[in-house]
Amino acid sequence: MSQKNRLAGGQIDRDQKLNFKFDGKSYQGHPGDTLASALLANNVRLMGRSFKYHRPRGPLSAGSEEPNAIVELRSGNRQEPNTRATTAELFDGLVAKSQNRWPSLAFDAMAINDRFSNFLTAGFYYKTFMWPAVFWEKIYEPIIRKAAGLGSLSMQDDPDAYDKGFRHCDLLIIGAGPAGLMAALTAGRTGADVILADEDFRMGGRLNAETFAIGNDSAADWAQGAVAELAALPNVRLMPRTTIIGAFDHGIYGAVERISDHIHTPDAGKPRQILWRIYTQKTILCAGATERPIAFENNDRPGVMLASAMRAYVNRWAATPAQRVAIFTNNDDGHRTAMDLHTKGVEIAAVVDTRADVELSTDYQVLRGAQVIDTKGRLGLTFAEVKLADGTERTLECGALGVSGGWNPNVHLTCHQRGRPAWTETLAAFGPGTALPPGMSIAGAANGAYSTHAALKSGAAAARKALSITGRGEKMPKAEDAPINITPFWFVEGASRAWLDQQNDVTVKDVKLSHQEGFRSVEHLKRYTTLGMATDQGKTSNMGGLAIMAELAGKTIEQTGTTIFRPPYTPVPIATLAGRIRGMDFHPTRLTPSHYWAKEQGAVFVEVGNWLRAQWFPRPGETHWRESVDREVSATRASVGVCDCTTLGKIDVQGVDAAAFLNKLYCNGFAKLDVGKVRYGLMLREDGIAMDDGTAARLAEDHFVVTTTTANAGKVYQHMEFVRQCLFPDMDVQLISTTEAWAQYAVAGPNSRRLLQKIVDTEFDISKDAFPFMGCGNITVCGGLRARLFRISFSGELAFEIAVPSRYGDALMRRLMAEGKEFDVTPYGTEALGVMRIEKGHAAGNELNGTTTALNLGMGRMVSKAKDSIGSVLSERPGLNQDNALKLVGIKPLDTSKKVTAGGHLMNADGPVDAAHDQGYVTSAAFSPACGSMIGLALVKRGDARLGEKMRLVSPLTDLSIDVEIVSAHFVDPEGERLRA
Amino acid sequence: MSKSSRPILLTLRGSGFVHDLKPITALGGAAPRVDTFGAATCSEVPQVALASFAARLGQEKKAVAALKKALGVAPPAVGKWVEGELSAFWTGPDQWMIEAPFDSHETLALDIAKLVAGVASVTEQSDAWTRFDLTGDGVLPVMELLSALNTRAMAEGDALRGSIHHLGCFILRRGTDHFSLYGPRASAGSLHHAIVTAMKSAQ
Repeated sequence: MSQKNRLAGGQIDRDQKLNFKFDGKSYQGHPGDTLASALLANNVRLMGRSFKYHRPRGPLSAGSEEPNAIVELRSGNRQEPNTRATTAELFDGLVAKSQNRWPSLAFDAMAINDRFSNFLTAGFYYKTFMWPAVFWEKIYEPIIRKAAGLGSLSMQDDPDAYDKGFRHCDLLIIGAGPAGLMAALTAGRTGADVILADEDFRMGGRLNAETFAIGNDSAADWAQGAVAELAALPNVRLMPRTTIIGAFDHGIYGAVERISDHIHTPDAGKPRQILWRIYTQKTILCAGATERPIAFENNDRPGVMLASAMRAYVNRWAATPAQRVAIFTNNDDGHRTAMDLHTKGVEIAAVVDTRADVELSTDYQVLRGAQVIDTKGRLGLTFAEVKLADGTERTLECGALGVSGGWNPNVHLTCHQRGRPAWTETLAAFGPGTALPPGMSIAGAANGAYSTHAALKSGAAAARKALSITGRGEKMPKAEDAPINITPFWFVEGASRAWLDQQNDVTVKDVKLSHQEGFRSVEHLKRYTTLGMATDQGKTSNMGGLAIMAELAGKTIEQTGTTIFRPPYTPVPIATLAGRIRGMDFHPTRLTPSHYWAKEQGAVFVEVGNWLRAQWFPRPGETHWRESVDREVSATRASVGVCDCTTLGKIDVQGVDAAAFLNKLYCNGFAKLDVGKVRYGLMLREDGIAMDDGTAARLAEDHFVVTTTTANAGKVYQHMEFVRQCLFPDMDVQLISTTEAWAQYAVAGPNSRRLLQKIVDTEFDISKDAFPFMGCGNITVCGGLRARLFRISFSGELAFEIAVPSRYGDALMRRLMAEGKEFDVTPYGTEALGVMRIEKGHAAGNELNGTTTALNLGMGRMVSKAKDSIGSVLSERPGLNQDNALKLVGIKPLDTSKKVTAGGHLMNADGPVDAAHDQGYVTSAAFSPACGSMIGLALVKRGDARLGEKMRLVSPLTDLSIDVEIVSAHFVDPEGERLRA
Repeated sequence: MSKSSRPILLTLRGSGFVHDLKPITALGGAAPRVDTFGAATCSEVPQVALASFAARLGQEKKAVAALKKALGVAPPAVGKWVEGELSAFWTGPDQWMIEAPFDSHETLALDIAKLVAGVASVTEQSDAWTRFDLTGDGVLPVMELLSALNTRAMAEGDALRGSIHHLGCFILRRGTDHFSLYGPRASAGSLHHAIVTAMKSAQ
């Protein structure tokens, strides 16, 4: 299809043609086009349907403030809803669909809503559909949701990647229009580290859309010259296609860079977008200004747009929305549009100026003191009705109408830290206030410096001030310096459908209604009418709403105030906020030294914190995890098993006061622990509750290795550092984590010593007498590799833990398996580990659950009163020491076929089953091969005095109620003969 | 059980035995992994021995002197890395990490500990960490996707602590186009994945 409305000139590459589709129809455009400019060039004005009434809409703007031309971009799993056609860069093969219409954009059945507009006014859903109440969620809301709204999600996973990154600079300049470019040149030439970011793909801001000159160049050429100079400076980083979305604390700015949005598919490995965190000392906001419309009857027809946008389409993209256009303005800027279009050969039907005293033009007709009072055209503008100064009416034939109601400085980022904008009478607009984010200054149109000369000058001055540049300033290039001539004019009186917020279908009448119904605060107005919500956040509508509110309340706009601006400045995809932190990359993974070997064995892994631990090792023929786990437990208890326990925290404690330090840390005594011995220790929180348990091995007089539970390793290390640095800074203690430095394996079972004797170098005697229970030492294995050996047991069997430097862990595991063949050595996972510790009655994370004390855990007497330790005093609180305190016991089902579940509660054998009669709860449960039934550990009131008592284990939620017997928590080898063997 | 009855290969090295357990790298390979994308190369560096060195309370001066002797150069200041006969970087108040070639210094921690008994606590850290070296013209764009630190502004000899992909890492700038990243060994795979992903993105 021909580009009927394409003019001459423009910043597009006519040598290349780009094919694209909109709503299934094929069109052509050129590099440099946006989707909106290309569609306009192809004489397509209708680009969307409105949110509520499904009214036909075309682009209002040529930038990111666009409320109407919102499309679904791309297709399949890359489909992205709510994308502005005015900023979407055209590429070959681009596919876009209009939104919120059915069955088609031209014929939208939902447009019936428009006929019922009297019922769908502001707050209609608060007032209607009130009865019956249950209908709201089931019937009314789904219907309303379907009828109203913006784009749709593909419901497929986004195949693209999004990155996060960090940049630092001395000066961040936001916006690359005349002020931003001049600021960047001024700062960049001094060698300062500068980042210049602009949301557009072509830097230059309005300069690309204007025809006047700067110096001897056209504005656009001057901009490109400035960009070229900046690009050559090594200290300046240019970030086009980058929107600064927020001004956060400590000089941090959020920025979204669109890396691949302008190409069909991201290059391999490249992200679609990057969310940058920019750290800067100083910031100059050169975000420019946004033109605002005037509200009048049917001002939303496709073809009605901001006059500056019309000028941008014609000058930058050489695309006119129509061959004959009219202008409606209250200020001089509207005339600039008329002049530029006239020069390009577009017919000007008339310039309708609300001001009675403006100059006439010899090039086109100017209607002074006139107003546009209505428009016509089903799917696009055909006529505009004008009321002249003398009260007569005239019809103008035009395919587009450029509207200029003045300009609003883009002060959004000045308000992100709660600053409020300030009313500026000369601009008839809100400018930046005084409470700015630290380090920020404002230049150019964002600061009310609307002329090009003023923008360039203020950009240079802001850069000089921000960087304390002294000496004579550079000479400014000559540029236009037109004064601001505006007479505020917000809306045409007497309109019944005059649109303020085209994205949310809010009319002047809605604002009046909201005021009439008592919503007097601007924040209430916003919520009640939805003015200023959704993707454009009211960039073109807020001021109109405020002006009407002010008039109704008999206040000034300044007194009426504004709603607060919050980040992000423009919409950010959730995927961009997530970055790479999704799916398998949500958190890092920790692999044990035997991981690769375990994977070869077909181990089933479980996540424990970030660790992947082998849960069990299935063997051929085993169809249920219990078979594997039961086998691993039985084989270990019968001969020998090996388990990777590297994940347990290992903290190296050295120093003259190492023993005294541990004495403070653990509730039980450590000062007298002999070198070459290990002791079980319990750490309490300051409030007397158990925090973590583990062992401490004394390798030398001034050297211990403390172990922690896997889950608490980081937390305990942090706690120990706190104790060292803050509570006992005078102690000579040095701490460092060695968790990952050593591969540590538990070798457990009656044949564990025999297996280890094949590996431990012979000069180290590990016989029962030479290396008794709770012994430890530095040894060598396999002919000289340094290693550590601990004779400790979690399983209750004769057991050791052997540690070698991690890089040798894989080889050691393979060696243990090879050497253990003669004993039928069995690798076992965390499930078997758990079963064996429950059978042995060892407390673990389930029991140390943040509510239990040493007393609860049956270790009350471990809290040494011969010394002071953390938590010792508060563990004596009466509340923690009542007669009916929970005590750790074992439970066994009377019927051995019954299931015991952790979390179930214990009730007396008779009596009610309710919270008031609760006797305790099961903390851990497992099937015990040794007992031939399920068993559990439980915390039961006075449990230690109730051994042998029959109780009921209940879980009313799962209909569990079984009879159990309270027994000792030590189901296996209660005397501990095995582990001392 | 006598030594000769065991099926373990024993090889004499000097006056001691050489064990026959084969090490693997943190990424699980027999040889270090090298990846190049664009103008950046990421190399796994397993052949480095590490020992943490922390001065005992009240012994700081002696400890610094002892460390100077061991390094052949004054210990690095806060946030710095130096190279003498051995190299070291600062890790905390009166605390450093000593680096040495693994093949010649596998027992670095034990050897240093003997020299500084009573004045400093020394702990073997060789296998607590995994080291990746990033080299090439394109390292800075990779670093700015990985680390919030101002890596562009880091001078040669700077050594800082920062987070990469949620992992606490040491980041050393050894040259204009050369960074070393030390991350926790068990998470080598995740760290490597993050680095390679950033390299592909930044190329």
